[in-house]
Amino acid sequence: MTELSGDWCGMQAPETGTTIVAVSYDKVFLLRSGSAADTQLVSDYVRYYAEQHAIGLEQPPSVKTIANLVKQMNYQNKQMLLGAMIIAGWDREAGGQVYGCPIGGTLLEEPWTTDGSGSTYIWGFLDHAFRDNMSRSEAEELVIASISLAMARDGSSGGVVRLITISKDGAERRLVKGDEVLEAIFLFLVA
Amino acid sequence: MSGIGTGYDLSVSTFSPDGRVFQTAYAQKAVDNGGTVVGIRCKDGVVLGVEKPVASKMLVDGSNRHTYPINQQSGMAVAGVSADGRQIVNRAMQEATQYKGFYGEVIPGYVLSERIASYVHLFNLYWYVRPFGAAMLMASYDSEGPQLYLIEPGGTAHRYFGTAIGKGRQSAKTDIEKLKLTELSCRQGVVEVAKILHTVHDEEKPFELELAWICDESKKEFKRVPADLAAEAEQQAKAAMDEDMDS
Repeated sequence: MTELSGDWCGMQAPETGTTIVAVSYDKVFLLRSGSAADTQLVSDYVRYYAEQHAIGLEQPPSVKTIANLVKQMNYQNKQMLLGAMIIAGWDREAGGQVYGCPIGGTLLEEPWTTDGSGSTYIWGFLDHAFRDNMSRSEAEELVIASISLAMARDGSSGGVVRLITISKDGAERRLVKGDEVLEAIFLFLVA
Repeated sequence: MSGIGTGYDLSVSTFSPDGRVFQTAYAQKAVDNGGTVVGIRCKDGVVLGVEKPVASKMLVDGSNRHTYPINQQSGMAVAGVSADGRQIVNRAMQEATQYKGFYGEVIPGYVLSERIASYVHLFNLYWYVRPFGAAMLMASYDSEGPQLYLIEPGGTAHRYFGTAIGKGRQSAKTDIEKLKLTELSCRQGVVEVAKILHTVHDEEKPFELELAWICDESKKEFKRVPADLAAEAEQQAKAAMDEDMDS
């Protein structure tokens, strides 16, 4: 799940049960759900295309471009692939951005999004709780709480929350382990 | 008929002993003998002007286009063999469309110019094709600001503040160098380009002036200069010429 708020933007946590894979450069991340094999391959191809592109461009590609590359892979190979992915990152042109790249090859820029099996349990929660221009800590707490709620209910999700916050200064990772996860839900609901 | 390149100039895949590819040089000649094309990069955009000699009174004004938009934020002016130039424009349009379709973003000027240069260069490598007899002045306005590129028949692309190609290029370039381009707006630039083209053109023969620009005023879209401004620019150019004649 990825969230966006303010101009330091581009905060993500992975879809439940997945590992984050950095696609290219320190400011764009790909979150994977669905078939692990498919999304790993897409990630590899997108990284390849993005690096080639950066050579001609003489600068890192924009978040939008990388999201388009993911979409191209999903759309052109829709018979074979089952990967729902989220691209989130920060670039100079447009600041923090979140793009949903679901199965089938759709591409949609959104203030926030979520995907994966556990996401079904938290759409309503996020609809209710998301605000524009949240502070960094508010956004991080929201993301951790959302993932924790999903992990509590979804049989296919669990373990830890790997959180990444991206801003113009780069990306910072944070790990929220099992015992802190439950706490996160309560803290959020109480606060 | 023997000439400088005898024997080494029959094919573009042959070097001469002094390291030249004569076919490429001959293609450049085709450009040099064609109508003058001028391009200047002003502070808020780029202006392109083409001198088109009118071959016949029966030709409808405004036909025989030499400036073409490639996509919204880029356009080209053709010098030399206009039919060859048309092919290059088509390729540029394809490149731009394909780039946008794949990467989701408009192709930047410097990427497009390199792609076109590579394309043009291809035709200097193989014996079964001939080089394009056309040079392109490309105007672009993207996030890097306004840019002007010249792509020559040999396949090189250079970025310019201002340049000219074709018959009257020498004196046109001298006039361009006198301009303070960083202080000139495109509105003013259009008048300057008109003046330059009127000056370099041989007065006896009728000619048509085709002006195109991409600037803040055109909302960063490549377009023909609006008819009223173009007419005004021509008027001012003719007036300036008459002044010079009298003085």
